[in-house]
Amino acid sequence: MTVKENWIEIGPLQDIPRLGARVVRTPQGDIAVFRAADDAVFALDDRCPHKGGPLSQGIVYDRRVACPLHNWVISLESGEATGADRGCTRRHEVKIENGRILLRLAAAHGAGPAAEPRCASAR
Amino acid sequence: MNREKLVLVGNGMAGVRTLEELLKLAPDKYDVTVFGAEPHPNYNRILLSPVLAGEKTVDQIILNDEAWYDGHGITLHKGRMVTRIDRRQRRVRTADGLEAAYDRLILATGSHPFMLPVPGRDLPGVVTFRDIHDVDRMLAAAARGGRAVVIGGGLLGLEAASGLSKRGMDVTVVHLLETLMERQLDAAAAALLKQSLEARGIKFLTGRETQAILGDDHVRGVRFKPALSKVEGDGGEVAADLVVMAVGIKPNIDLAKSAGLYCERGVIVNDTMQTYDPRIYAVGECVQHRGRSYGLVAPLFEQARVCANHLAELGFARYGGSVTSTKLKVTGIDLFSAGDFQGGAGTEEIVLKDATRGVYKKLVLKDNRIVGGVLYGDTVDGSWYFQLMKDGTDVAHLRDHLLFGQAHLGDSGHGEKVSQVAAMPDHAEICGCNGVCKGAIVRAIIDRKLFTLDEVRAHTKASSSCGSCTGLVEELLASTVGADYTQTPKTRPLCPCTHYTHEEVRRAILDNELKTIPAVRAFMEWKTPDGCHICRPALNYYLICAWPGEYADDAQSRFINERAHANIQKDGTYSVVPRIWGGITSPQQLRAIADVAEKYRVPTVKITGGQRIDLLGVKKEDLPKVWGDLAEAGFVSGHAYGKALRTVKTCVGSEWCRFGTQDSTTMGIRLEKMTWGAWTPHKVKMAVSGCPRNCAEATIKDFGVVAVDSGWELHVGGNGGVKVRATDLLCKVETMEEVEEYCAAFLQLYREDARYLERTAPWIERVGLEFVRKSIVDDEENRRRLAARFRDSQQHAQKDPWAERAAGVQRQEFAPLKTVPAVRAVA
Ligand code: SRM
Ligand SMILES: Cc1cc2nc3c(=O)[nH]c(=O)nc-3n(C[C@H](O)[C@H](O)[C@H](O)COP(=O)(O)OP(=O)(O)OC[C@H]3O[C@@H](n4cnc5c(N)ncnc54)[C@H](O)[C@@H]3O)c2cc1C
Ligand code: SF4
Ligand code: FES
Repeated sequence: MTVKENWIEIGPLQDIPRLGARVVRTPQGDIAVFRAADDAVFALDDRCPHKGGPLSQGIVYDRRVACPLHNWVISLESGEATGADRGCTRRHEVKIENGRILLRLAAAHGAGPAAEPRCASAR
Repeated sequence: MNREKLVLVGNGMAGVRTLEELLKLAPDKYDVTVFGAEPHPNYNRILLSPVLAGEKTVDQIILNDEAWYDGHGITLHKGRMVTRIDRRQRRVRTADGLEAAYDRLILATGSHPFMLPVPGRDLPGVVTFRDIHDVDRMLAAAARGGRAVVIGGGLLGLEAASGLSKRGMDVTVVHLLETLMERQLDAAAAALLKQSLEARGIKFLTGRETQAILGDDHVRGVRFKPALSKVEGDGGEVAADLVVMAVGIKPNIDLAKSAGLYCERGVIVNDTMQTYDPRIYAVGECVQHRGRSYGLVAPLFEQARVCANHLAELGFARYGGSVTSTKLKVTGIDLFSAGDFQGGAGTEEIVLKDATRGVYKKLVLKDNRIVGGVLYGDTVDGSWYFQLMKDGTDVAHLRDHLLFGQAHLGDSGHGEKVSQVAAMPDHAEICGCNGVCKGAIVRAIIDRKLFTLDEVRAHTKASSSCGSCTGLVEELLASTVGADYTQTPKTRPLCPCTHYTHEEVRRAILDNELKTIPAVRAFMEWKTPDGCHICRPALNYYLICAWPGEYADDAQSRFINERAHANIQKDGTYSVVPRIWGGITSPQQLRAIADVAEKYRVPTVKITGGQRIDLLGVKKEDLPKVWGDLAEAGFVSGHAYGKALRTVKTCVGSEWCRFGTQDSTTMGIRLEKMTWGAWTPHKVKMAVSGCPRNCAEATIKDFGVVAVDSGWELHVGGNGGVKVRATDLLCKVETMEEVEEYCAAFLQLYREDARYLERTAPWIERVGLEFVRKSIVDDEENRRRLAARFRDSQQHAQKDPWAERAAGVQRQEFAPLKTVPAVRAVA
């Protein structure tokens, strides 16, 4: 496994279906990696802020995913629930290099080496 | 970028709603300027009645505060009346000389209250009931006490009377006819209404025509014409310190007329809400469309939506006129009226009158369709009747219990049936699924200024799951905000991504040979790039149904259960339910299931309510292996996760049972073999009972078969679950082959006609049993064709998804992309 500045290579882009997601198992728990229609990728904890539903199993559209359990719609960019719902799930950094997806885990808690993307409105 | 200039004249309900709709479609297209003659931002005029009655304050009825205008970059000129439109220069000008240029103009000037042309009408103390200013004047008068005379016993007049009476005035209502609210009520309902208003201390003088308003420097009384004042009283005069003139409204066309726009009673517009000047649109009460003007907000909001569509240059919405209904907003009085409630030639009436309960219900039917009705005392079913009326549903099969309402004894989820939501305590649970009580819904409606069912769903979650409380929530909306514009319009779009209805989308798919989801979205100008979790599964289904064998299923547009072919559980594991044909199993099958359960450590093995066995708690990555083992033992997927055929429940039938008349088990297995794998708008359940004792509960199934000595009774449209509905008897047939043919035809009709996520029960209630009968029983040719289309589509559908996946199809769905072991960070 290649680990460079904490970027972990997790596989080729085409292994995630467009408008779909795959799970990455990590010591911090499952992480859902999403691929939008335009091949942008996003990573969130695979836990819905509502009741922990696996977001990786939801329907993806635009920059959002609808949770499979009770249809909360979560923003892939911010991890926040959209519409009238309130809640936020943790984001992780992802990028694509040479068709491979690289993931950098947000620190479990506290300040870590990687910049920790926060929710704009932690409620 | 140079934006076009849009000017709105009339800062009222219709005009501002048009802007709101426009902002949703094209937020950046225009620089918007609004002129409003009133010195307030846009408020909810409907709620003036509760303000008058002291149940609400003016602040509570503001719909768009100044921050809203600012936030959208809209320039608002309050308290400024536009007096001139220069159509050549494309400029408007106010009374005090302010000018603004426009590229497009919206006229939404509302109505003038109608003033009777009688002497004394200009005296101080004579008021109308139209705006905040009028309410202020009435409140000032009420503060001094004394007598009020309300001229006009229509909706507005009665709401004014009730408000003033609550404020302590001695109120008399004068009405020209004997029947109050004659445009909404028949004589019987009007009499009940009058009684209950009288009980609140309001006096009535009916059959009186006003001749003059008396007084020198202030109103002091009202005099009636002699001819009509024959009934009672002292020569036809009553004393008054306040006179409220509420005899009707007339469209305010002053400005339009002065600008030379073609007007009749109202400003004439076409189906795109355009006036004779193509740059000028008109919406609201000032408009006359196909010969009609409207005085209720529901139709005005429909106009607003169409107008916005054209202003945004989308150009496809059309306004075709509206069907309206009315509710009286006097607290404690329940009254609902819609359509042609008087009846007449060619119509029939069904009436329920219960004087002790103070309930009166009348429905007017024409050709077995509801064309109008009046409800007094119990209006819970108003929205249901109104929907049946707008949908033109054939209600022949409902006639027996139509007046008892939509509520069925068997409904689950919200305790005892409550007939008057208004009377319920705040802690009463309305939505059993999401645990939302009445108080929370009412608070959300008020605090967040919610108008529609969808908004309430988004903010409170009430009615967003099983939907059985939708009627109650609509009632709460109605009783909290007034009016009935909360109702789901007939032309409800498929989802917020589109303006089109399910029906329009399906028609376009067939007519234009659209064969992929992106093609549908492009052709129908979807508003969102990828659709959403509501429209994508629906489109996927419509395409499968339209192009069997040809359409390539889109896995990413399926809900997880159908994508993974197992049912997701609350902890993210899955359940596996193999098909057990007709509920008949064998030791070999049971052993195979037991082996699988042990091998994969399935935590729970349960007998389902559908005569099969559920393996609960299977990990996603184990699914293909579990299926592989089950497939080896001969099992196929039970589709317990799908909008598809679920189970065919059977009883033991004539093979064993001492009462059995036919072989119900074999019949059930044959039906299940024929129909498994079919994708349907919602799940489909079937059952076959061997005699009318009906141990298989066939009469609450989507398609139920009950054996009798001479053959098979076919029942359709049953539903257990949230809203229990017993089936309707479709017909009787003799042979098993006929049962199969009718079943195939029925399912195909349902597949082609119902909306996605509509089960057979609500579908039949919407389209009417007659439609199903005509298509399947009366028309043999059509039945054959439907059955043939079903069988054709089954050739492509009956592939076991489990076997395919056990063999490696979509392997990636079931495996993690990667497992990252614990690593130490490298600096
Ligand atoms: C397993 C079972 C309960 C049991 O332990 O017995 C069950 C379990 C679920 N039912 Fe059911 N229903 C089961 C029989 C029923 C029955 C009884 C029957 O079919 O005879 C009914 C009432 C009859 C009817 O549908 O008309 C029933 C009415 C519902 C409803 C309400 C449907 C309605 O139209 O009102 C839902 C919600 C929905 O489908 O939207 C539902 C939904 C569900 C779901 C699928 C909820 C979900 O989406 O996760 C549950 C899935 C659990 C799972 O993973 O297995 N289930 N459900 C039964 C499976 C039968 C089978 O072998 O397939
Ligand atoms: C007391 C009351 C109770 C009601 N109850 C119900 C109900 O229960 N259900 C229901 O559906 N409907 C009800 N209505 C009717 C509903 O309020 C109207 O149908 C709706 O407000 C009409 O909207 P509109 O935009 O056409 O007109 P309005 O809301 O009247 O807006 C028109 C605005 O244009 C302004 N204006 C006019 N000319 C000019 C000009 N030249 N320059 C600048 N501004 C101008 C006016 O001052 C006014 O503010 C009720 C009405 C009243 C008065
Ligand atoms: S199995 Fe059916 S009744 Fe039981 S909790 Fe789930 S949906 Fe409700
Ligand atoms: S757990 Fe995601 S919506 Fe409930």
